Amino acid sequence: MAGVTPESNAREPSLRANNVTKRFGSIVALDRVSLTVEPAECVVLVGESGSGKTTLLRCFNRLTEPDEGTILVGGVDVAALEPIALRRRIGYVQQDGGLLPHWRVRRNVELVPRLRSITGARELASKALELVGLDPDVFSNRWPRELSGGQRQRVAVARALAANPDVVLLDEPFGALDAITRAELRESFRTLQRQLAITTMLVTHDLREAFLLGDRVAVMRQGRVEQTAAPDELRHQPASQYVRQLLQRAEVLPA
Amino acid sequence: MMFGALAMVLGITASAAAPTAAQRQPRPVIIASKPFGESYLLAEIFAQLLEFRGFTVERRPGLGATEIAFEALRTNRIDAYPEYTGTGLLAILGERPARDPRQVYRRVAGEFRRRYGARWLPPLGFENTYAIAVRRETAERYRLVTLSDLARVARSLRAGLTPDFIGRPDGLPGIQKIYGISFRDVRALLPAVKYQALAAGEVDVIDGYSTDGFIVRYNLVVLKDDLGFFPPYEAAALVSQAFLREIPAGVAALTELSGLLTEHDMRRLNRRIEVDGVPVARVAAAALLSLGLTQVQSGAGRSGRATDSRGLLGYLWDERGVILGLTVRHLFLVGISLAGAVACAVPLGLALERRRSSAEPVIRSVGLLQTLPSIALLAFMIPLLGIGVLPAVVALFLYSLYPILRNTYTGVRDAAPDAVAAARALGMTPRQILRLVRLPLAAPVIMAGIRTAAVINVGTATLAAFIGAGGLGDLIAAGLALSDTKMILSGALPAALLALLVDGALGLGERAVRPGG
Repeated sequence: MAGVTPESNAREPSLRANNVTKRFGSIVALDRVSLTVEPAECVVLVGESGSGKTTLLRCFNRLTEPDEGTILVGGVDVAALEPIALRRRIGYVQQDGGLLPHWRVRRNVELVPRLRSITGARELASKALELVGLDPDVFSNRWPRELSGGQRQRVAVARALAANPDVVLLDEPFGALDAITRAELRESFRTLQRQLAITTMLVTHDLREAFLLGDRVAVMRQGRVEQTAAPDELRHQPASQYVRQLLQRAEVLPA
Repeated sequence: MMFGALAMVLGITASAAAPTAAQRQPRPVIIASKPFGESYLLAEIFAQLLEFRGFTVERRPGLGATEIAFEALRTNRIDAYPEYTGTGLLAILGERPARDPRQVYRRVAGEFRRRYGARWLPPLGFENTYAIAVRRETAERYRLVTLSDLARVARSLRAGLTPDFIGRPDGLPGIQKIYGISFRDVRALLPAVKYQALAAGEVDVIDGYSTDGFIVRYNLVVLKDDLGFFPPYEAAALVSQAFLREIPAGVAALTELSGLLTEHDMRRLNRRIEVDGVPVARVAAAALLSLGLTQVQSGAGRSGRATDSRGLLGYLWDERGVILGLTVRHLFLVGISLAGAVACAVPLGLALERRRSSAEPVIRSVGLLQTLPSIALLAFMIPLLGIGVLPAVVALFLYSLYPILRNTYTGVRDAAPDAVAAARALGMTPRQILRLVRLPLAAPVIMAGIRTAAVINVGTATLAAFIGAGGLGDLIAAGLALSDTKMILSGALPAALLALLVDGALGLGERAVRPGG
């Protein structure tokens, strides 16, 4: 396990958005958003559909380019970085897993190490599978279609972590799973994130999930961050009527 | 220079083998025909006579129709084929019908020489003209003898006419005007099926040729042209400028036939082919012998048997050599054109995936090619590429593009969007995404497009016979022209089998490229 801990953590990578604005036509998806994720911290973006949380997440590996403002990863403006190289340094998990259906589990997990020409891709893949609780001897040679939904998401997380990235971005990673599997995966991911101390930004529309996983939670609404705070602080001092209502609806606060 | 040297080498070789006119022959003489019985027979007579006189001959029987055969002659792709003066006047020169045969011959001979450099050799000796025919019972019931009689009852009769006849001024429009004939219904029928349609009672009146053997075979009554409307069509060899310039001795040999064939002879010969089912080569050889132009029966073609009492399987077995050869040729046409289409359409489909705004217009334009009738496309090819294998391969190639292009583009565009999104997010370059993700995932869809193209291609390739490219279509075209069901099936059955085999083989290929085991 110790070998997997990314040495690059020593660089203490942080994520930072400064006054970021993004428009799609006449729609303002992000409206002067500023947010920081400290090294090894897990910040969860939560909000309704269309609140801008996924757009903000995608700015960090340049899947989306902001119109205004700057995005910093490890203190460096990503606009100055080559997008392909940037993406290979950042782990990414999407809702449906996005496993390549024509590749076996091992080849999927080896993807980023091989793109980065890291030697020992196979060993890295095996270790990553062990991290997410899948026995490499059992699962390496399976096809994605032979896995359950929960196993597929575990493989997707393993793939995101295999090259020991500084940062991992997760977009509704457990959204498509049934309640029991979702709870299991949340638990193991929380443990793993703490263990690896990896800088994490996670998007969800589920406030309870946000409270469970996040060191801090950023509530987003109509392209703005309403409040960023630790779960306890959010619970006791909601910054606006909207946040209060949201907490009540999610039964985090009594109505 | 090189050609001179080559000709010398060939000349020496040829003179050692056959010390005759071939010494002066720089290349084989290419003899063609149109796709109906009499044309096959006359072309075979031309070919055997030339062979007997020591020339090497290449046969291109059954070329499309007048436009295709004449276009091939005009552009010197073939040397000679049998044609009719009336057809030359009306269908090629586009002039009005004329009454006097001598005058018609003089007119076409002069004009063809002036406009195209092509020559009409002196007529063979018989006239062939349109003949309007009905079943004997129809003639008896309505007391029909002449076309004027037909005009009385035409309103209750259904006509099945060749498309050619329906359109030309000396055809249906002419008899409508002169005789006032107006049918209850006019259906366009190909020459090959009109006699059967008449015999089966599907239609009541057809157009035929006065020398057709089918008239006897189906016991039909030819109605008399009592107002003398149909112009006389004299049969003659039409020869190209190149033939006359390069092999004048060959042209001279063909003129030996001038004036020797009577209408009576032709009806008898046509009957032997169309009614008795004697192979064309054998009938031609016998005709030349009896005309005193040859002494011994020159190599009388593939099958020497007379009346054909063999069953279909026996026929297929006896003709296996020919069928196999044509199948190989067929497969060659399909293979080359399909390989070319894959080599162009797959990369184009991949390129369009990167430029989606231009994809639909491009794919639709390629799709338009699909709507061109195959015969029309083949006819367009002749001025550009001549006749034979090249235009056929190009036409088949064009027909194969669309299914492959459409499937490649759609397959690559719609390939597992989640997987593509993840591949991009994890740092694959667009090229890597295409090569490692989209292409393998689209492979089964692309293969399905290739299979579709292959099956269409095997079928369309049977039409290649009409422009002299060979293949199983030769047997189908000749069988249709001679109303020989066994011959038709000997081409159609292997073609169908070939389509199944090609589809099956590509199906195995599809399983091999299916991603994820």
